[in-house]
Amino acid sequence: MPLLPFYKKIMLKILKYSFYDLMRSRWSYVYFAFYLLLGIVLLFLNNNLSKAVITLMNVIIVLVPLIGTIFGVMYYYNSKEFTELLLAQPLKRSSIFLGQYLGVAISLSLSLILGLGIPFVFYGLFKSNAIWDFSLLLITESFLTFIFTALAFNIALSQVNKIKGFGFAILLWLFLAIIYDGLFLMSLILFEEYPLDKLSLVGTLLNPIDLSRTLILLKLDISALLGYTGAIFKKFFGTNFGLIISFVTLIIWVVLPVTRIIFKAKKKDF
Amino acid sequence: MKQTILFLTAILLAYVSYAQNTEVCQTCTWTSLKEAIAHAKDFDTIYVKKGTYKEYNINIDKPLAIIGQDYPVIDGELKGEIITITSDNVRVDGLFIINVGSSYTEDYAAIRVRKSKHFTIQNVVLEKMFFGIYIEKSNYGRIFHNKVIGDAVEEYNSGNGIQLWYSNYIDIEHNYVEHVRDGIYLEFSNNCIIKNNVSAENLRYGLHFMFSNDDVYQDNVFENNGAGVAVMFSKKIKMLNNTFQKNWGTASYGMLLKEINDAEIRGNTFKENTIGINIEGSNRIEYKNNNFTNNGWAIKVRGACYGNHFLENNFLYNSFDISYNSKVNDNKFDKNYWSNYTGYDLNKDGIGDVPYRPVKLFSYIVNRTPETIILLRSLFIDIIDFSEKVSPVFTPDNLLDHNPLTKQIVW
Amino acid sequence: MVNIQDLHKKFGKNHVLKGVDLSIVNGGIFAVLGPNGSGKTTLIKSILGMVIPNKGTIEVLGKNINKSSEYKYQIDYLPQIANFPNNLKVKELIKMIKDLRGKTDLDQSLIALFKLEPFLDKKLGNLSGGTKQKVNIVLTFMFDSPIIILDEPTTGLDPISLIRLKDLIQAEKIKGKTILITSHIMSFVEEVSDEIVFLLEGQIYFKGSISNLKSKTNQPDFEHAIASILQENYA
Repeated sequence: MPLLPFYKKIMLKILKYSFYDLMRSRWSYVYFAFYLLLGIVLLFLNNNLSKAVITLMNVIIVLVPLIGTIFGVMYYYNSKEFTELLLAQPLKRSSIFLGQYLGVAISLSLSLILGLGIPFVFYGLFKSNAIWDFSLLLITESFLTFIFTALAFNIALSQVNKIKGFGFAILLWLFLAIIYDGLFLMSLILFEEYPLDKLSLVGTLLNPIDLSRTLILLKLDISALLGYTGAIFKKFFGTNFGLIISFVTLIIWVVLPVTRIIFKAKKKDF
Repeated sequence: MKQTILFLTAILLAYVSYAQNTEVCQTCTWTSLKEAIAHAKDFDTIYVKKGTYKEYNINIDKPLAIIGQDYPVIDGELKGEIITITSDNVRVDGLFIINVGSSYTEDYAAIRVRKSKHFTIQNVVLEKMFFGIYIEKSNYGRIFHNKVIGDAVEEYNSGNGIQLWYSNYIDIEHNYVEHVRDGIYLEFSNNCIIKNNVSAENLRYGLHFMFSNDDVYQDNVFENNGAGVAVMFSKKIKMLNNTFQKNWGTASYGMLLKEINDAEIRGNTFKENTIGINIEGSNRIEYKNNNFTNNGWAIKVRGACYGNHFLENNFLYNSFDISYNSKVNDNKFDKNYWSNYTGYDLNKDGIGDVPYRPVKLFSYIVNRTPETIILLRSLFIDIIDFSEKVSPVFTPDNLLDHNPLTKQIVW
Repeated sequence: MVNIQDLHKKFGKNHVLKGVDLSIVNGGIFAVLGPNGSGKTTLIKSILGMVIPNKGTIEVLGKNINKSSEYKYQIDYLPQIANFPNNLKVKELIKMIKDLRGKTDLDQSLIALFKLEPFLDKKLGNLSGGTKQKVNIVLTFMFDSPIIILDEPTTGLDPISLIRLKDLIQAEKIKGKTILITSHIMSFVEEVSDEIVFLLEGQIYFKGSISNLKSKTNQPDFEHAIASILQENYA
């Protein structure tokens, strides 16, 4: 019996409905409008594509995770009744939650890509060599959206209390976006007599925000990165090795929390 | 007196009109360059026809013009030096010289000029050589439109493309040098002009000055060398309109200045180098109208540098604009354009109303613990950079550009 | 139809179901009653697979429901609070549920019955509580499954709709279906139900007809019978 395709079909249907639901909610428009505005303002202020891409990267690398987390938690809590309605239907739990998760993640990514893409395309992105930097930026930020929405679903699934859930989500963001780097910097300075290139690379891989930042550094700041002596560092940044490892790790960063969503969803009471 | 001059001129004219053309080829009277030189008279022209000539230790000891036709190949078969010029007024033109011998005791060159004046070496192609063109104790020469292609792998057993030693007033123009140790090397050589050359993929430096003064190099391109240009222990060098790019690596820079005084650096482009300019112990240098684009560090200042002026340069998208390893600053930055500048210009005079501080705390941290570079552009780093900007603790607090421009400078 | 054995469920320290045994063999209308926190909703949600029991087995139509979702094709469920995705229109919601669960034509007659036609193009977020409940009822009854579970079905309904709902329930009963109802409206329970399942502190205290309950508690009417049980146990 072709069970798997059947579940997949159901999941895609739920994805579709969550997606439509979100596409009609005013939050998607707010999010989309925000990025549209950000893109336009940056281009207007900088008058230069490359510089706008750099500023954009600085801004959205912390904003995208924040919005992904908050939106994920919010959507989960707000659609609780809808979820219960679905749970009473003959549908597999994993397909319900995966469908909802993908619906949120895809609609957020779409708002991001369209919101930023439209002003940059009008500004003449296709004629510029900033297009690769920009594409890489959008790809990594989409990854971040998928990762942080998944993390948000994890938090919401484990935490019945809405306020606490929001609190944890914000804390998680704060930790990964800022505190982690502070601790990272401190430990690098503390252990500066030791060879640190392995530690610094591992430290980067363990935090998806750092990881995405590194991917963008590979494009924008390769000249500076190649100034460092460590052999592992050199291999990582000097060849495609770094790019491949980073993308593989980003995929792992999506897969792990999604797996936990499935696992957690199977055991949860509603 | 007049008579003497007339007489001398007459003799000279007779001599010149006497000058003959000789040909070297498989079926000619002379089948080798050595024979032709041995039998030539002063101021003769020797035409070398197309073909391969297996010769080395060719000594040109009289004023001759040796002109290759359709690039004849002079193959040294790795046995030693190929052409040595020991006479004034020699011209070598249009030869394809390969397989110079290598030795640990002698610097064999494809073409060596020794203690001679008024020589011209042009349209020569050199391959598989140890040293390319080696000028020693010779003045007033011209090295024009040559191509030097080495196959150097390691510094200790490879030679330089074009080397000047105790030689003054030499013009080096329109040459292309790659894959040697130093593309062009000047030692104790003054008043030379190095212009419109391309020096790329060399193991050590694209261009290297040691103890050489009053030289000018301009409109050259230095790309992907171990380091672009090293200027050391020299005075009054003019560096104009050169391009330094893609010099990547640990100790890699577009330009290295060490113990350089009173130089002028103008109109150059430093693009995508790990370090644009690395400065040590260099004083009274004027940096004007240079572009620093996408470098890791646009300028890295190490130790005693006094009285340098950085005027009207563009600093565009460098990971770090300026890095200092001390708290002391005696250099002046004025009217530069900094793409990292975030201030405003309320009176619209094109000058930002808030001074720009080009040294960041993070560059200080990276100097101390290089691995921290991995945190570049992190929000946390931005926060600590900001706090340092507000009240400098680790970086020189008088290092400011008081008149940062709000638009990129075009000249 | 439904067979439950030794069902236990804890939420943290709170032991909600403490060994429920319940066997419903034939069709008919069963009212699940009990004071607040007695485990009514937990029991119903366990049957629906929304709550995962710590211990015990539940069989629906002879099959263990553990880790399965297929059996839910045999159950129609009316959830307690009808909160639907606010941005969907009524007809889209109906279409969506049909899309997810399977084809049916019963929705047309149900929409007509509850006079929902004018609301079909409105967004669910803009509907009143009563109208939402009517939509909820349409969604529940449109699939014609052998088991129907109704959680507080009367909430927000106007008298006419209430009468129609009662008729609907009776009609389904005649088809031989098993209908489980929870409600706080005792008159409604008394009117419609054939049997009472009374839960008290996580266990089944009483299962039988209303007349049995009255005679057991020596009370003349249903409401007092219920009240006396509670007084006995809490006094």
